[in-house]
Amino acid sequence: MDAGTGTAAAVIEARGLVKRFGEREALRGVSFEAAAGELVAVIGPNGAGKTTLLSILAGISKPDGGEVHVPEGEVGWVPQQAALYRQLTVEENLLLFARLEKHADPQASVAEMLELTGLGERRGDVVARLSGGNQQRINIAIGLLARPSVLLLDEPSVGLDPRQRARLWEFVSALVAERGTTVIFSTHDIQEAERYGKRLLVLADGEALFDGSADGLRGAVREEAPEAASQDFETAFVAYLHHRGH
Amino acid sequence: MRWLLLKDLQILRRSPLQAFLLVAYPVLIAVLVGFAISRSPDKPRVALLNEVPAESRVAVGTTELPDIGVNDRICARVECVKVNSHAEAVDAVSSGDVLAALILPADLVDRINSLSTPSPSTPEVEVILNEEDPVKARLVNDRINALLTQANLVIARRIAHEGGKFVGLVVNGGQFTVLGQAIQILGLGNTARILHAVRAALPPGELRKSLDEVLRFTTLTRSNLGTAGTLLTRLTQPIAVDKQVVNASTPPLEIFAIAVAATFTLAFVTVLLVAGSLALEREENAFPRLTRGLVSPAALLTEKVALGVAVGLLVTLLMLAGLAFFVPLHWSRFGLWLLAILAGGAGLGAAGAALGAAAREVRAVSLLAFMVTLPVAFLSLIPSGTVGPALNDAIEVIAALFPFKPALQAITGALDPAGPSIAGALLHLGILILAYGLLARLALRRFSTV
Repeated sequence: MDAGTGTAAAVIEARGLVKRFGEREALRGVSFEAAAGELVAVIGPNGAGKTTLLSILAGISKPDGGEVHVPEGEVGWVPQQAALYRQLTVEENLLLFARLEKHADPQASVAEMLELTGLGERRGDVVARLSGGNQQRINIAIGLLARPSVLLLDEPSVGLDPRQRARLWEFVSALVAERGTTVIFSTHDIQEAERYGKRLLVLADGEALFDGSADGLRGAVREEAPEAASQDFETAFVAYLHHRGH
Repeated sequence: MRWLLLKDLQILRRSPLQAFLLVAYPVLIAVLVGFAISRSPDKPRVALLNEVPAESRVAVGTTELPDIGVNDRICARVECVKVNSHAEAVDAVSSGDVLAALILPADLVDRINSLSTPSPSTPEVEVILNEEDPVKARLVNDRINALLTQANLVIARRIAHEGGKFVGLVVNGGQFTVLGQAIQILGLGNTARILHAVRAALPPGELRKSLDEVLRFTTLTRSNLGTAGTLLTRLTQPIAVDKQVVNASTPPLEIFAIAVAATFTLAFVTVLLVAGSLALEREENAFPRLTRGLVSPAALLTEKVALGVAVGLLVTLLMLAGLAFFVPLHWSRFGLWLLAILAGGAGLGAAGAALGAAAREVRAVSLLAFMVTLPVAFLSLIPSGTVGPALNDAIEVIAALFPFKPALQAITGALDPAGPSIAGALLHLGILILAYGLLARLALRRFSTV
């Protein structure tokens, strides 16, 4: 595996993670760490182990091997499918989770999240009537109610149109820049990872192939698959995976 | 937990149709079941065509019996619908207006009277049955057979009574009226007294010996015929019934019907609501988010069961309050009602939680809840002894594994002041709550997969 950044103290760290589902190994000794305020993209084809890695970091599933060090109670998790009550309003959803998080002033927390998501005017709307992009913003806002230092986003832009996607990344980038939140997101879209991820972790068949910047990945692609270097990045990346046996 | 409870109630309120159906459907089923069980099957509608001339009387010998009120006797057992012709009787049965038709032919009394003649003929009545529904047909057939048996018994008693009077005349003597003419019957007793007087006047010899034989015969005959009246009465009902009730806890039918209706309501509301709301957590992808330190899986299960019990209790009490307008209920036992409904609801809620944890979607869970609850509820209502022993054992095992039957027993006991203690049913429910709670907790592990 290529080198990680290792420039700042890690707020989240995983070493030699192994996860099996029956005979299939979803993760094979994956190691990973992220520092405060980093925006890390976990990329790879379908079945690479991206969701499995994030769910282990989130504490939802347990690894069969390896160890995870996360700041206790400070990891926010936003699943791929919006985990919202579609028959409740935006405000009712936020209020419920603020209360469950035992916020001293849940109403104030709701107001803060409504401002952050820009959905104040739609606070009384039933979630089922919101667009996919707005649902995802509420989904992320609920993840933020835990006031996490690390936020895990599982394929956050799936199903969003380009405009909704742009607004989503604007929102996530503000979290990193203004709050210093570490954001780790998974995607199978190499261009999205290159554009928004400050660091990229490449997974394929449960194995970590690369951990570094987008430029570093381009260099690795040129080195491993020079015949595809002149083509677009996605084609070159697929060639790179092929050269690495995936 | 209260915030989750509030959230589930908000979701219910947000879906008025769903909330209405959740309450209305079980109440409708409960009321239908209640009426079906409580409606007395004593009086099926039967068309009656009585062609027997009004002045006809059953005669014993030369004596006509008084009118025995055939119409009144039949109509006391069934709801009579008078018809005027055979065709009208057939139409009424075919159309389903009546369950059967009973036709008493014009020669019925003549045939009965012929029984005491040298050339008897068999009296017959005609029964027209609609066998479209075998259960209904069996019910009516049984009822009409019972009616005919009773009619035969009435006639037999009348004949025995009149026969006893004849025997009494033969033994004791008296007046007998034939065609308006009074005839004095000497009787065996008077005959013997006269013969004794004659014997005293006769000298010893062959004639006196012969008279002694006649006297012995008279005495013996009188003695034996003296018991004939009793024998004739006994013949009308040779076997007496000595009924002993061994299960004195059987509740009145109305109370049982109300308990069945209440348990049906409680079962459907609780099982569907708990199973559905638990499955909704999965369908909305909220379960992993909730159980990441916000709520423990056990607390989530408890909240769902509490939701089901609370709504089930409310709906069941409303239904009982409604039924109290028709059947008097013992409100002084309200504490026991609460205890029985809460325990029954918790048992059914725990079963609902296990079902809810077993399926992924609300629709699948709802279907599963119906598929399990409905047949188990009906199996729980099958009385012992109506099926074979092996099947009965199997039904009892199935019924004991689901909380419907113990909930029914607890609610019946709570409603019936003369009923048994509900402690056994509560203990049974307690065991089922633990078992289903454990099953639901184990099944929830599947929820955690993302």
